[in-house]
Amino acid sequence: MTDTLAQLTAKDFTSHQEPKWCPGCGDFAVLQQLKNAMADLGLKTEEVVVVSGIGCSSRLPYYIATYGVHGIHGRAMAMASGIKTARPELSVWVGTGDGDALSIGGNHYIHTVRRNLDLNVILFNNEIYGLTKGQYSPTSKVGLRTVTSPNGVVDHPINTVALTLGAGGTFVARVMDRDGKFMRDIFKRAAEHKGTSVVEIYQNCPIFNDGAFDAFSSKERKADTTIYLEQGKPLVFGLDNRKGIRLDGFTPVMVNLDDASVSQDDLWVHDEKDFIKANILSRFFDDPDTMQNALPRPFGIFYVEDRITYEDALTAQIDSAQERGEGTFEELLTGSSTWTIS
Amino acid sequence: MSETTILNKKDMVTAKSSVSVLFAGDSGDGMQLTGTQFANTVAVYGSDLNTFPNFPSEIRPPAGTISGVSGFQLQFGTAGVYTPGAKFDVMIAMNAAALKANLKNLHHGGIIIADTDGFDARNLTLSGYGEANNPLEDGTLKDYTVFSIPVISLTRKALADTGLSTKFIDRCKNMFVLGVLYWLYSLPIETTIETLQTKFRNKQDIADANIKAVQAGYNFGDETEMFSQHGRFSVAPADKKPGVYRRVTGNEASAIGLAAAAKKAGLELFLGSYPITPASEILQTLAGMKKFGVKTFQAEDEIAGVLTSIGAAYAGALAATNTSGPGLALKSEGLGLAVILEIPLVIINVMRGGPSTGLPTKPEQSDLLMAMYGRHGDAPMPVIAAKSPVDCFYAAYEAAKIAVEYMTPVLCLTDGYLALSSEPMLVPSPDALASITPVFSPARKADDPAYLPYKRDERGVRQWAIPGTPGLEHRIGGLEKHHETGNVSHDPENHALMTKMRAEKVARVAEIVPDLTIDNGPEKGDLLVLGWGSTYGAIKKAVEQALDGGCSVAHAHLRYINPFPKNLREIMGNYKKVLIPENNCGQLLSLIRDKFLCEPVGFSKVQGLPFNEMEIEAKITDILKEL
Ligand code: SF4
Repeated sequence: MTDTLAQLTAKDFTSHQEPKWCPGCGDFAVLQQLKNAMADLGLKTEEVVVVSGIGCSSRLPYYIATYGVHGIHGRAMAMASGIKTARPELSVWVGTGDGDALSIGGNHYIHTVRRNLDLNVILFNNEIYGLTKGQYSPTSKVGLRTVTSPNGVVDHPINTVALTLGAGGTFVARVMDRDGKFMRDIFKRAAEHKGTSVVEIYQNCPIFNDGAFDAFSSKERKADTTIYLEQGKPLVFGLDNRKGIRLDGFTPVMVNLDDASVSQDDLWVHDEKDFIKANILSRFFDDPDTMQNALPRPFGIFYVEDRITYEDALTAQIDSAQERGEGTFEELLTGSSTWTIS
Repeated sequence: MSETTILNKKDMVTAKSSVSVLFAGDSGDGMQLTGTQFANTVAVYGSDLNTFPNFPSEIRPPAGTISGVSGFQLQFGTAGVYTPGAKFDVMIAMNAAALKANLKNLHHGGIIIADTDGFDARNLTLSGYGEANNPLEDGTLKDYTVFSIPVISLTRKALADTGLSTKFIDRCKNMFVLGVLYWLYSLPIETTIETLQTKFRNKQDIADANIKAVQAGYNFGDETEMFSQHGRFSVAPADKKPGVYRRVTGNEASAIGLAAAAKKAGLELFLGSYPITPASEILQTLAGMKKFGVKTFQAEDEIAGVLTSIGAAYAGALAATNTSGPGLALKSEGLGLAVILEIPLVIINVMRGGPSTGLPTKPEQSDLLMAMYGRHGDAPMPVIAAKSPVDCFYAAYEAAKIAVEYMTPVLCLTDGYLALSSEPMLVPSPDALASITPVFSPARKADDPAYLPYKRDERGVRQWAIPGTPGLEHRIGGLEKHHETGNVSHDPENHALMTKMRAEKVARVAEIVPDLTIDNGPEKGDLLVLGWGSTYGAIKKAVEQALDGGCSVAHAHLRYINPFPKNLREIMGNYKKVLIPENNCGQLLSLIRDKFLCEPVGFSKVQGLPFNEMEIEAKITDILKEL
């Protein structure tokens, strides 16, 4: 509950329910940073609604001391859309997973993204179905052996960032569960963005898909396999940032800054407003475990666009229809064409 | 039906109590608009009225063929107009295909007004009669009264001096026909003239041409010798309650009912919906009601239609979703969520022929059991049904009242027949509508005891706790929840208790369900015809006629199917037999048998067509014979 004067802390956003996630689950870190971000944003607990579908991560609403609804599988985006359309002044957050958002809820996902309601979507991607005990998900890597793919997954996985850009997303970001501070900042940017903000989180499931993101998170490999996007900064990575990305036409090329013929000025400078470049970045999706010279996986904000939100456009239509006052109850009942019998 | 003969045959006027008319022509002929004009005229004249459009199922079917025939049927009269009429007394056939497609539904001896210009070689071939077999000339129609009028030719002649193109003049042919009909039924032409003037406010030449065509048709009736054998007819206005009237289809009425309920409750209306035949007009009508603050959300699918509505309801709006059978199937998981969340939600299901895509444009009443039971788990919700186009307004309104006051989803059933039929509606005053009182949980302070979102009042109803209210922050969902705190609970006793409490709450709606009354007929007798939904008009008429014939029969019609009115058993007990006519294979019959362990007689019709009164009357006679 909110005391209107004092800025709330993460503790104020902590509900009385103990999280029921497995020890070591990446979800804990996300929950903590989410609460931190909400506090940093100066939100009040009563104005926040956290909506989720079904899955491990969709337990999220129970652990945050705001309003929360835990809906049905795949439908969090639709439910959140209804809440936001009815009450645009609320701060609406969606907690969803790779199965929830991209498989059973895939249709709602793409349509919500294109409508651009002002929602903050936290998409926990652990590349597995955890709650149902370890079946592969639409983001699982080809070849992954699970209970439903004993010989290895044959489906091609979804690239969340590319899908979201394709659907017309206006804020698209990716983070890792281990990057606490970085994640917290991106949550804040997502909340400040007016429109549907999607933050994909690479979230480790130690029980059913442990190490799925080790290639990007392990100390030894991280430098070469990841690239952190910063607005207005060149794309650099590798040990001591001695590697970079140069754009050759539309083709990204990895270069070595130790190479005398390459200068910092040749590098691709990140511009989160550049739709074409964001699309190219979204295709940095190589698997470093199976590919030589894989492009580094980008983390951070890929793309931001200012576009009118669904609810603002609808409100504008209602305002214009009511320019000469809201229709009265009598008018509603009478309609435009009547006759009188006396 | 008295007859008044005046010496001059030309001026002979026969009074009729009701007349059923079909306007039929090619789908490009504007039959819907013409029929609507006629309907407006008789409405303003003060008749009772019921209309029904009959569109081709294809959007652009081939012109001149049977599949391209579009019809608009209406019945108007002094009293007893409950349906568009089982058969027509008069048929306007703008071409040969229109005649061929509809002749079987014309009363023996009925009147045919045919545009001979639509019976040329081409039209005869396309219609399937064959070039050499003109039914207007070869004796096919000897049992009917046929008026063959060269409508296009006469319209061209009448509008020759307007300077308009032939193509345009030909489009005025319907107005000519209307003029003839107005003359034939002694109706005023002023309503149509006024409508045309308003409609073509900025195109005076078009308004003038159309008006001229109506007048020409009317004058033609006056001058031609064609009608001198038969004279004209008149249908006295109905003895209608004084007041302001509007004409509504069932779908429009449903939409207005929802919007009115929102106004009355002081809530914002939200409709989440996905287009589906024959329910889309509800979404369309509400999308055009932004002036009244209505929010519509055309969702990506049926599931999102219900889920956005659940979201809006959670957030404090009066939320509704509308659909037809296939969509209701898709929404069923969402409805279970609405049941367990215990939030208000109205679902209007406009039934059509099923299963699967079935007969999308044809009515049926076959979703009743799905409405009752079509959800996983024990998930009861109130089910109510509308009986007429105007009643769709009141059914939607009552559904909203129950939803809000009992914090429950409510299923409101209409069907494709009601959806598209229209009739005059006496515009109610806002004050005359029943109150709708939402109960929101008030804000709380830090030192208040913990908030209990599932604490119930004496009726078993929880309060509406909407986001934005300080101190009510709580988390709920589709998982079973503790009976007071709303926290997730897997406790066996708690689940049993919650299942029971959800069911009892719905059962308790019976406390506000009005007693079932006898619509017509004796309070005790041989046979009760028990109906629900759109069969109302046909049963009403059939029972009226059977009573006239001296039968001991009565009619009662159910609005509330879950829960049933408290006195239903008692009412049924007052008759030796109960007959339940339904456009399905006996779904209400099953419910009644199950609930009351009695043996009513079922009467099914599943042809994608509504019952007509003759069928029901014949069934009544058969049963009474066996008693
Ligand atoms: S199964 Fe995996 S994702 Fe689910 S709670 Fe356990 S560790 Fe986390």
